[in-house]
Amino acid sequence: MTNERPVIEIKNMKTRLGNTWVHKDINLTVERGEILGIVGGSGSGKTTLLREILGLTQPTSGTIRVFGEDVIHASPEKILAIQHRWGVLFQQNALFSSLTLLENVAFPLHEHTNLDAETIKKLALLKILMAGLSEKDAIKYPSELSGGMQKRAGLARAIVMDPELLFLDEPTSGLDPTTAAGFDELILNLQSTMGLTIVMITHDLDSLWKIANRVAFLGEGVVLSVDTMPNLIKNPNPLIQAFFNGPRGRIAMEAHAHGNQG
Amino acid sequence: MTSQDAIHYDPQTRQLLCRGNWDLASLPYLKVLLEKIAWPKEGELIIDGQGITKMDSAGAWLLNSWRNKLMQRGITLHFSHFSKAHEALLSLIEKELKEEKKPPALPYMGWVPRVGKYTIAQLDHLQDYLAFVGRLTMEWLRIVPKPRHWRWNEVAGVIYRTGYEALPIIALLSLMIGVVITYQMGLQLRNYGANVYIVDLLGLSVLREFGPLLTAIMVAGRTGSSFTAQIGIMKINQEIDALDTIGVTPGELLLLPRIVGLFIALPLLTIWSDIFGVIGGMIMSNNMLKITWYDFLQRFPRVIPLKSLLIGLGKAPVFALIIASVGCFQGMQVRGSADSVGQNTTKSVVLSIFFIIVADAIFSVIFSKLKL
Repeated sequence: MTNERPVIEIKNMKTRLGNTWVHKDINLTVERGEILGIVGGSGSGKTTLLREILGLTQPTSGTIRVFGEDVIHASPEKILAIQHRWGVLFQQNALFSSLTLLENVAFPLHEHTNLDAETIKKLALLKILMAGLSEKDAIKYPSELSGGMQKRAGLARAIVMDPELLFLDEPTSGLDPTTAAGFDELILNLQSTMGLTIVMITHDLDSLWKIANRVAFLGEGVVLSVDTMPNLIKNPNPLIQAFFNGPRGRIAMEAHAHGNQG
Repeated sequence: MTSQDAIHYDPQTRQLLCRGNWDLASLPYLKVLLEKIAWPKEGELIIDGQGITKMDSAGAWLLNSWRNKLMQRGITLHFSHFSKAHEALLSLIEKELKEEKKPPALPYMGWVPRVGKYTIAQLDHLQDYLAFVGRLTMEWLRIVPKPRHWRWNEVAGVIYRTGYEALPIIALLSLMIGVVITYQMGLQLRNYGANVYIVDLLGLSVLREFGPLLTAIMVAGRTGSSFTAQIGIMKINQEIDALDTIGVTPGELLLLPRIVGLFIALPLLTIWSDIFGVIGGMIMSNNMLKITWYDFLQRFPRVIPLKSLLIGLGKAPVFALIIASVGCFQGMQVRGSADSVGQNTTKSVVLSIFFIIVADAIFSVIFSKLKL
C-alpha cells in the first residue's frame, strides 16, 4: 500500500478518434497526495484523457498505469480492485435517477462490501453530511435537487468507498460563484482529511489558483507543460499565454494575489 | 500483521490498543472484534491509535460510534497517540455526527389512501389527456389556413418511418395470420365438405377485423413507443422548451406531423396487411383444402362485398389517432428522469392497445346496430 510509485503514470499515449489525432504523445505522472489540475482549450482532449485513465475509452497506443497497474491490459479482477480505490465525479453528476440520494450514495457499498444494511446506511449518511448536504436531502431523488446539491451528491457517491484517488470532471461548472467557492473549500477539506490524490479537469481559473498543486496544460495533442500556477502563467507558449493572460485569467490571478496578502 | 490482533484490550491499564488497517475493507471484522470486548462497567478508557497503519473515514466512523455508544453507558473514551492525519479525520467525523442524525423515513401510506390517490391521479391523467387533445385541435385549426406552417417534410418523414419501414414486418405477420386462420377454420369446414366457404370466412375476418386490428397493435408497439421515447427525451433535454421560446410550438413541429403522418400511413398499412393476410389464406387453401388459385380468386369478389374492405379501412384512421395522440401525450408527460421515460413508454403502448380494442368493440356494436 505504501509504494512510492506515482499514482498515475501515462507514457507515450496516442489516440486517434475518427480521422483526427486527439493525443499525439501524452506523458503525465500524478504523485500521491497532490491535486493535479488538467486544463486546455475546448477540444484539446481533456475528457478523452480522463476516459482513457478510467478505462472507458481505449487509446490507440501507449501505456497508462494507475497504482502501478497497466489499466489497458489488466485482467477484469485487477481492474475491479483498482475501481475500488478510485472515485469519479462526472461532469453531469451521473446520479442514478431512479434511486434516492441515500440509495445513490449507498450503491457502491451494497455492491462491493458485505456490511449490514444499517451500517451501510450510516456510512452513506456520513458521506452525505461530509459533502455538505443535510440528512433531510437523503430521501430526495436527484431530479428534486438543485445543481449545486447534485454536485455534492455526486461527490458523496465518489468518496463513499474511501478512495485514494478522486477524479473530478469540471466540478465547479454550472455553479454560482459562491457555491463554486464553497465546493473548492469542500474539496480541499476532504483532500487534507482523507489524504486523497485528486485529478481535476476544470476551466475554472479561480479553482486552479486556489486548490491545484500542479496544473497540466493540454494542447496540440501533447502535455505542453506541467507546473505550479505561478510558473505556468510565465510559460511563453502562445496557447498557454492566450489561456491565462486573457482578461478573465488576469482577474483570477489578481484575486488570488489579493487573497494571499489579506 | 493479521487482523487477529487489530484490537487488543488490556483491562489492567484500561487501554485499548488499535493496530493495522482500520479501513472499509476490514470494517466487518473490526465490528465483530469490538462487540466481543468485555468493556468495564464505568470509568475512563484510553484508545491508543499508535499502531494504526491506515485509517479511512469508515474506520474513524466506527471508533466514533463506539465512543458515543460507551458514553451512554457512562464510559468516557480518550483517543491518544493517533497520528495527525487520523486525528483530523476523527474530529471531522465527530463534527459531522455531533448529534444523532437520521434520514427522515420515506412517507408511508395505507392501502385505502393509496387506492384513492391512484384513482385521483388516473382521473387527473384523463383530464390532462383531454386538455392535450383540445390544445392540439386548436393548434390544428390555427395552422390549417396557413399553408406556410404545414410541415410537409416532417409528415413525409413520419410516413417513411412508421409506414414504409414497417412494410416487411407487417407483411410477414399478416401472411402468417392468414395461414393460421385458414388452417383452424379449414379443419372444421373439411369435416362438412364445405371447403370452398373458406373464402367467405377468411375474406370477411381478415378484411373486417384481423387486418386493421393486428396492424394497429403492431404499430402501437412499434411507433407509439418510439413517439413517447423520442418526445420524452427531447423534453428532458429541454428541447421542447427551446422550441417554445424560439416561437415554434412543439405541437406544430413535433406533434401534429406525427399524428397526420400516422393518420395517412396506418390505412395504407392496413391495405397492405389485408393483401398479405388473404395471400396467406390462399396458400393454405391451395395446400390443405385443394382450392386452386383460380377458384379462390373467382369466388372472392363474388362473396366478399366492397363494404367489408371499407369498414376495415374505416377503422384504421381512428386507431391511428389513438396511437399517435396517446404516444405524443405520454411523451409530453415525461418529467425529469430516465425512469420516467421508461414508465411513460410502457403506459403509451399499454394504453394505446387498450383503447384500440375498446374502439374496435364499439365499432362492432355500431355496425351490428346498423346491420352493416
